[in-house]
Amino acid sequence: MSIEGDTMSKILLAHGSGGRLTHDFIEKVILKKYGNPTLKRLTDSAILRLEKTKYLAFTTDSFVVNPIVFKGGDIGKLAVCGTINDLAVCGALPLYISCALIIEEGLEELTLAKILDSMAAEAKSSGVEIVTGDTKVVERGNADKLFINTSGIGAVKYNKILSVNNIKIGDRIVINGPIADHGMSVLLARKELGFKSEIRSDCAALHRLILTVLKKCSNVKFMRDPTRGGLATTMNEIVSRMPFGVRLFEEKIPLNESTKAACELLGLDPLYIGNEGKVIMVLPEREADKAVGIMKKSNLGRRAAIIGEVTKDFKEKVIIRTSVGGERIVDMLSKEALPRIC
Amino acid sequence: MKYIDEYRNFKLADKLSRRIHKLVDGDSRNYNFMEVCGTHTNTFFKFGLRSLLPKNIQLISGPGCPVCVTDTSYIDNSIRLAGLKDIIITTFGDMMQVPGSHSSLYEERAKGCDIRIVYSSLDALEIAGHNPSREIVFLAVGFETTAPTIGIAILEAKRRNIKNFFIYSAHKLIPPALKQLSEDSDICIDGFILPAHVSAIIGRDAYDFLKEFNIPAVIAGFEPLDMLQGIAMLLNQLKHGKPKIEIQYDRVVKRKGNKKAQDILKKVFAVSDAEWRGLGNIPRSGLKLRRQFRNFDAENYFKIKSPRPPLKDKKSCLCGEILKGKNVPEDCRLFARVCTPENPKGPCMVSSEGSCSIYYKYKT
Amino acid sequence: MCLGVPMKVVSKRGDKAEVKSGETKREINIALLKDVGIGDYVIVHAGFAIEKINKERARETLEILREMQP
Repeated sequence: MSIEGDTMSKILLAHGSGGRLTHDFIEKVILKKYGNPTLKRLTDSAILRLEKTKYLAFTTDSFVVNPIVFKGGDIGKLAVCGTINDLAVCGALPLYISCALIIEEGLEELTLAKILDSMAAEAKSSGVEIVTGDTKVVERGNADKLFINTSGIGAVKYNKILSVNNIKIGDRIVINGPIADHGMSVLLARKELGFKSEIRSDCAALHRLILTVLKKCSNVKFMRDPTRGGLATTMNEIVSRMPFGVRLFEEKIPLNESTKAACELLGLDPLYIGNEGKVIMVLPEREADKAVGIMKKSNLGRRAAIIGEVTKDFKEKVIIRTSVGGERIVDMLSKEALPRIC
Repeated sequence: MKYIDEYRNFKLADKLSRRIHKLVDGDSRNYNFMEVCGTHTNTFFKFGLRSLLPKNIQLISGPGCPVCVTDTSYIDNSIRLAGLKDIIITTFGDMMQVPGSHSSLYEERAKGCDIRIVYSSLDALEIAGHNPSREIVFLAVGFETTAPTIGIAILEAKRRNIKNFFIYSAHKLIPPALKQLSEDSDICIDGFILPAHVSAIIGRDAYDFLKEFNIPAVIAGFEPLDMLQGIAMLLNQLKHGKPKIEIQYDRVVKRKGNKKAQDILKKVFAVSDAEWRGLGNIPRSGLKLRRQFRNFDAENYFKIKSPRPPLKDKKSCLCGEILKGKNVPEDCRLFARVCTPENPKGPCMVSSEGSCSIYYKYKT
Repeated sequence: MCLGVPMKVVSKRGDKAEVKSGETKREINIALLKDVGIGDYVIVHAGFAIEKINKERARETLEILREMQP
């Protein structure tokens, strides 16, 4: 791959075979974009020093989104933010990330370059280093343009254990902003549905927001990022096998007007649509307002809100009080949420 | 969202709820209202309207859900078509997860069949235009709301002389199904909530045949206030006078309906008998392409045969009785034991709007 | 059946019109309606306008509900 990025050049199988092209790719592209001392050593393993850390958080994720570029982000940004967030919701400061690329033969070099740039930019602004990685190229048809796997290591900073077992009746559910933007942005980016929209993915690294809340709120019980399956799935995971339920309040759940419209048009329920820049926190009533106040000071939490409560009225279920005052169950998604006309 | 949010107003919903409670206050009897349309079922449960109504008002889900009433052999045939060389199957998302005898379109797509979800039949036509060497079959499912849109697609295909576009029709008509339900002496329905958008096309007068059965009917919109007002109107009819057919959704529905759309239907489609899953054969309740459009008819081109006698669900499946309002899902031996949303055995569990699916998900 | 969402007509050309709800836009077909004007709200189903919203009736419905005694 040339540094100048010939617009017509495509990734070849040879780029992944370990020979001259692979070396050129690593030296002239990867190192140039990600260059940090650890990575530049190009050893088989990254040797990392962790100061004053008792516990490590370690996570892994693979990203296979289609399309790989959408309003508000791309698969690269998604990968870095996703891994950062998985570490942050466990009370850890994200430090190091690995990046494994599986590239479909024929992917435009320029597209790949943009995605790598996106990862580099996100890593830099988030204060994490990409310290190790791998590149493979597979035959046309064996990967959907690009798959990325990122693993991440963080230093646990929160001195309490975060677990659903901490959750008590009366606790509140807090979210940092509007739901369903990511899933709808990706869906609408698939041209086949014919809709034009300004909906942007909410893809963002939340570690600074989260760690700021954790510094000032000492009783956060549990956190999770509501990615696949949306808010509804995360809530159901929380109540599973627990002696309590969750009541959500539809009027309190932030939702952008355009996203709401797009969901109505396609017959989709925003509660089940994925998010990539959202965190759910469960914390005692007395700390919930404080947490919302702290979040609102950040760009990533301007519309933070208390959206629900942990209740003894029912067990193992999630119920929502709807905008007209009725109540209904919010179940776990049993099938894929597909656009419908009926 | 204009013309949506105003009809989801909390205060007005509360008022209507209290009005309804007042109307039935002191009544020892039950009221069974059938809402015919899947979208009504969806609104009812999505907004938790059940919890706003008195206990003695029961809402029954009728057969107005194309996913529910499309018979198994249609899915089997669609799957067979999907496996043919150079075919692209185009479909509304609704049909993807409906189970056939052995598989579903969703599973077949995973196995490699070219099956694509479209939002509009015109998108399917575009796919045909862009893929001249392939044959594109559109699964034409839906009632009188959807059939005219497919009619326009066919006319457009004819105008552009497109040779590789076909539709496989499973279109059905609501009034004949309503008539069959009303004629059933076992039925105990106190009123019909008639579909909003089917009625926008066919008009209020299309339901005049209901007069002979003396069953109150209201054409209600799909927003929560529409449904609540519709229920209040049905109760008023029952208490104060002769049953009639009223329009609650008058911001969209007219007495004569949409004549232009009706003309398109007549021009492109002919009425035929149709097999409704759970209800059986209903004469003159389906739509097939007229002879002059047979070049676009997948059944003709691909020589599709439907099995005789038609495939039926398991004997113990009570969907037929449930669709008619004679039984509730809990009466069915298969419900929640063998038949679940992940593994549906009959139409009422297949669709997320089906009675059994709703019961299963929203049981309190 | 059948999902139909009110959308505002922002432009039209022959049998096609661009409609929007919030900032979500789509091109749809208006061949099923007789006269559609810019600024009209239409019910959109499966890529088509199937009927126009009568703004006066819409307003009246809400007024009746607002004035109704519970």
